[in-house]
Amino acid sequence: ERGGITLCGGDEKRVDSRTIYVGHRPCPDTEAFIPSKFCDNRIVSSKYTVWNFLPKNLFEQFRRIANFYFLIIFLVQVIVDTPTSPVTSGLPLFFVITVTAIKQGYEDWLRHKADNEVNKYPVTVLEDGRSVKKESEKIKVGDVVEVVEDETFPCDLILLQSSREDGTCFVTTASLDGESNHKTHYTVPDTEKDLQALPATIECEQPQPDLYKFVGRMHIYKPEQEPAVRSLGPENLLLKGATLKNTKKIYGVAVYTGMETKMALNYQGKSQKRSAVEKSINAFLLVYLCILISKAVVCTTLKYVWQSKEGQDEPWYNQKTQKEKDTNMYLKMFTDFLSFMVLFNFIIPVSMYVTVEMQKFLGSFFITWDKDFFDPEIQEGALVNTSDLNEELGQVEYVFTDKTGTLTQNNMEFIECCIDGFQYKHRDTRSELDGFTVTDGPEKEELFLRALCLCHTVQVKEAGSEVLADQVDGIDGLLLPQPEEERGFIASSPDEIALVRGAMEYGFTFLGLESKSMKIKNRENNIEEYKLLHVLNFDPVRRRMSVIVQTKSGETLLFCKGADSSIFPRVRPEEVDRIRMHVERNATEGYRTLCVAYKQLSAEEYAVADTGLREARLALQDREQKLMAMYNQVETGMSLIGATAVEDRLQEEAAETMEALQGAGMKVWVLTGDKMETAKSTCYACRLFQRGTELLELTVRTLEDGRLKLSFLSCRSWSTANQDYGFIIDGATLSLVMNPPREADASQYRSLFLQICQNCTAVLCCRMAPLQKAQIVKMVKNSKGSPITLSIGDGANDVSMILEAHVGIGIKGKEGRQAVRNSDYAIPKLKHLKKLLLAHGHLYYVRIAHLVQYFFYKNLCFILPQFLYQFFCGYSQQPLYDAAYLTMYNICFTSMPILAYSLLEQHISMEILLDNAALYREIANNAMLRWRPFLYWTVLGIFQGLLFFFGVRFLFSNPALQDNGQVFGNWSYGTIVFTVLVFTVTLKLALDTRHWTWINHFVIWGSLAFYVFFSFFWGGIIWPFLKQQRLYFVFANMLSSVSAWLVIIILILLSLLPEILLVVLRKPRGPHSRQVYLFLPFPF
Amino acid sequence: MMASSYSAKEEDGHHSGSAGLGGAAIRTRKPDNTAFKQQRLPAWQPILTAGTVLPAFFIIGLIFIPIGIGLYVTSNNIKEFEIDYTGTDMSSPCFNCSQSFSWNSTTPCKCVLFFSLDQPFESNVFMYYGLSNFYQNHRRYVKSRDDSQLNGDQRSLKEPSKECEPYRTNENKPIAPCGAIANSMFNDTLDLFYIDPNGTKTQILLIKKGIAWWTDKHVKFRNPGGSNPNLTAAFIETAKPVNWHKPVYELDIDSENNGFINEDFIVWMRTAALPTFRKLYRIIQKKNNMTPTLPRGSYSLEVTYNYPVRSFEGRKRMILSTISWMGGKNPFLGIAYITVGSICFFLGVVLLFIHHKYGNRNNSSDVPN
Repeated sequence: ERGGITLCGGDEKRVDSRTIYVGHRPCPDTEAFIPSKFCDNRIVSSKYTVWNFLPKNLFEQFRRIANFYFLIIFLVQVIVDTPTSPVTSGLPLFFVITVTAIKQGYEDWLRHKADNEVNKYPVTVLEDGRSVKKESEKIKVGDVVEVVEDETFPCDLILLQSSREDGTCFVTTASLDGESNHKTHYTVPDTEKDLQALPATIECEQPQPDLYKFVGRMHIYKPEQEPAVRSLGPENLLLKGATLKNTKKIYGVAVYTGMETKMALNYQGKSQKRSAVEKSINAFLLVYLCILISKAVVCTTLKYVWQSKEGQDEPWYNQKTQKEKDTNMYLKMFTDFLSFMVLFNFIIPVSMYVTVEMQKFLGSFFITWDKDFFDPEIQEGALVNTSDLNEELGQVEYVFTDKTGTLTQNNMEFIECCIDGFQYKHRDTRSELDGFTVTDGPEKEELFLRALCLCHTVQVKEAGSEVLADQVDGIDGLLLPQPEEERGFIASSPDEIALVRGAMEYGFTFLGLESKSMKIKNRENNIEEYKLLHVLNFDPVRRRMSVIVQTKSGETLLFCKGADSSIFPRVRPEEVDRIRMHVERNATEGYRTLCVAYKQLSAEEYAVADTGLREARLALQDREQKLMAMYNQVETGMSLIGATAVEDRLQEEAAETMEALQGAGMKVWVLTGDKMETAKSTCYACRLFQRGTELLELTVRTLEDGRLKLSFLSCRSWSTANQDYGFIIDGATLSLVMNPPREADASQYRSLFLQICQNCTAVLCCRMAPLQKAQIVKMVKNSKGSPITLSIGDGANDVSMILEAHVGIGIKGKEGRQAVRNSDYAIPKLKHLKKLLLAHGHLYYVRIAHLVQYFFYKNLCFILPQFLYQFFCGYSQQPLYDAAYLTMYNICFTSMPILAYSLLEQHISMEILLDNAALYREIANNAMLRWRPFLYWTVLGIFQGLLFFFGVRFLFSNPALQDNGQVFGNWSYGTIVFTVLVFTVTLKLALDTRHWTWINHFVIWGSLAFYVFFSFFWGGIIWPFLKQQRLYFVFANMLSSVSAWLVIIILILLSLLPEILLVVLRKPRGPHSRQVYLFLPFPF
Repeated sequence: MMASSYSAKEEDGHHSGSAGLGGAAIRTRKPDNTAFKQQRLPAWQPILTAGTVLPAFFIIGLIFIPIGIGLYVTSNNIKEFEIDYTGTDMSSPCFNCSQSFSWNSTTPCKCVLFFSLDQPFESNVFMYYGLSNFYQNHRRYVKSRDDSQLNGDQRSLKEPSKECEPYRTNENKPIAPCGAIANSMFNDTLDLFYIDPNGTKTQILLIKKGIAWWTDKHVKFRNPGGSNPNLTAAFIETAKPVNWHKPVYELDIDSENNGFINEDFIVWMRTAALPTFRKLYRIIQKKNNMTPTLPRGSYSLEVTYNYPVRSFEGRKRMILSTISWMGGKNPFLGIAYITVGSICFFLGVVLLFIHHKYGNRNNSSDVPN
């Protein structure tokens, strides 16, 4: 499906920019008008067409190793003369393939439908001075497209004209990145004239998937003038899939179309995560494959040994056909081997895959259905994006959690500020706490408040805009009561809103930004106006942002706010000390702190800055770096005004959740971009660090000789029992550990680091870049024993670690929906994690582990008698059971009870699981799918298989089993074994079932009843389509024999006896016996 | 194995793009509070403890031991007499027959074996023939039959199934009944004589009806041409199985027991489970309550020796057996029941001991839960 992209862009990939002629008008000054070929605006997300569906789908399905295996078995059955008819394996395979094909076909049909909906959507295009209605797919690069309010953009457009006066338009990108706040986009300056005849070209980079990056340049040709050049950035680009809001109508020129739009480039299936259970299944499969092959080899060998004896191979009563006689000996051996493979192939059942898939698919509904996951605030419950990892939730060893928005609410509240060393507490309504009342205060104070009012990117929500009122995300104003004025703010970061609102409390109200001028209302209720000259945007590397404004009086001011570490080096050192104390104290109390600084720019200084910034913005190459350099150059020599403290409250039950996770044996790592002090205090608040926890810090501050420290830490004896350790590391140090100056040390450092971390109960990594988060997860994931990791986060910065971890959990928080979209499971609140892991995860794991073991077990004792029978039938591949039984065993007779079990079992009730987090430890490390339990189940299967076969064998030493002296034949033999088998494996499951709902009763007893009914039915009629009426009245005759009844009863009982005994005997003694006993549904 | 991407709809960005407009309407997606969806279905939670299992063990023990004893006694009371008449020994009367066997010989070889019964056989006596080392359960053999031919199907009579090869056609005529099983039908004739103490031989009446399953005789096996009494005509244009001496329509003179519905034939067609097997041959009906069916004394078994087993080292036996409600003589079930019953009883005792020693403490902790 990606093929289309490379095809379209193939020719021009060599050029790193494309030129677009607006409205396809040739422009003067360019060499020649060469309309370049771009791909059309058709979106193709579907995989198949009607014609290639069958071959392509089949090919893809048979690429799966298991399907391929079954196909081979089927083909062998068709080609070679095998004991069982091809139907026995063909039918289940056909069923599986068909169901999958139908499902995939349906999904593809949905995609086709969605594609059509998008592709056929009517759009208006300006063509030769007229507006023409077109289908969306007909849009070509260079077309000028009209979009009206609430419509989605049909392709990536450069905004040329807007119906709003200030040349802006508002856009939501909810369907792209899930952020439903309104973003402002700007028209290209100087294009607001006649669009019909705008002679312009756009030069921009080739399509690339980053939604937030775009570099381009627009040349506007005016008669007898140098062409004007305007830089284009992401703020000029309207993305396909985004929706126009609050703006009547816009015009834009298409720059990227169809599969080259950023949305299409971002469309990709998530890489498939495989669960540990699946790996166990594959390991077990390998064992069973070995068993299968060795069985076939043993039988083939013995067959030829047996045949070598005179008269055995071809007695007079059983002559071979001429063809058989003529066949080459070695070929015969080979086909014999294949025949045995086919005869025993039921040991690896197709149906297990189907059942596992169904269990996962159906089981995942219980998460979505759980009303405990429903959050009344956002009116949503949990979301399951993949059902493949259900059981992995029960295996988590490491939890990586984000701090902001995950542990904390991301609901910012302005707590206090510190201006010039004086503390102002907000909660106590403006009473200055320190007692140092204003000395030279008012001036600084007002400057500080003005800075808060000006230095941000907040928008004022327009009054009366109803559209906004529906949306919860990103709008703070609706949630908090507003005493004075109904005023909502929209911003990408909640900190900014908290600050603006804080300033409002002190009397400075931000009124809004209109045509580059910011209005604020000061304490005297006068409106002050500032001309906004430049915004030096926030980015996580600089960790600060600035604005340059011009006051009415003509002064040019730069206000800057940012993290202390990024501000302090850029202000006069003597000012720092007064503030630092406050900042650090605030940080330890768990507040988020920002420092505010300002600088007055002289006219010359400004002129330099202005040209520098403009040039950097226009740069086509390395714009980012150039801008960064310019920003750094401008933001120097400032003077510090003050600092703010904003509180980010803990999520509901964050501490309880963390405690439960630790109690369950999980190691919790907090990965945050926040400051160490803030993060540390959050950790204390969440009880990740306790009073007794000894903290080991490894930060830039303590890093004088990092290497020494590391080795020192690792040499510490961890044996001191009962001592909890907490470990703190920051991003800079971490990058030193991960990428040390000397490459040779890397592995040593890493292992030391891991060693330390693994011995700590909680680890805090602060000052982390998003990529570093993923790096950490990856490192732990690949460490010894490959522990199962879980990442939980709510923001775009957590996506990388969510994707990296075995299980990614997204929180439906305030920072958009990107985390949710990329997660495997999404929950509304952190507190839901506890139930998700401790209850759901635990149960899912137990269920699926039991399902897998049971499946292997039941097929082992199914096929073992058939194997043993070969020793009594001259290794002739004679099946013991009738073909119907062979086929139906896994499909009908024994499939439903285990499916019901694997969906409904609660060997421990949810309440107990939630109350006793320690129970989670019992299933840690894949406890139920290790080799020991596997061996137990295998031995059980072998024991029962032997019992079934030889029990009936001894009974048949005299086949006269009816009271009228008549004898039973081989099919009666097989039917008795099969009856014992079906009853035993079903009752074994009944023994394991600890939670009998009516469904379990229905399915277990129903399956047995169905077996009996089916056997009567199957043997009751001469079936015209059958070549041989093997089972005709065999079952009924069996039931008429008392001996058969007696042997069936005793064999079932004897098979289950060890099981019952073990269950009873391994009951542990002691005060907690019940709890512990309740755990694990079966002994081993 | 099945595609695990049911989340495809979510992944599909275009789809959600167009649905975005409708998304503004807030729907309450609160999950239903049903017992099933909340995994709170009322459930029975049985727990196996020594306390609950104990009585079961005793009960099983107490039931199984009597049953086992009953079975054992029943099996022991069954009279069974077995005689091997293969004739591998020089001393055996059938030695000559077994040695001089030839498929082409027209005169049947006969031999007589004498034996005596130490105990009278009181009730109905069932006469079996037994074969050893005869692989009736060999795959090539088992499938070599045509059930629709045996069911009287005219098409299959003329065109037998491929499975019957190499016993499908003979001299371009379809074989009826075709296949290896039918071809190798047991064709020794066994006659039983009682020898009075004074030396007179009386032939014992052997009944050949009721030896096959009723459903086989009446439904599964049908002669071609329905109830047409002229079997010879029905089997016209067919060949007899190569190793048979006479065609299928001459198996018996009784038309109810001739052709495909001949009970000896039907019995043979039910393939045995193991290479050593017995098949019901004749029934000796009890005459009256006064005299035993087979009194103590001497008997002679006259064998018409047609069936060769020497080539594959097989053995042939004749078995006389009475039958109980559990079938023929087989001590296995009785022993198994006694053993399992005893084991259960013993385990019950052990568990009782454990229960008393440790159990009380558990019980007390069980209660509050």
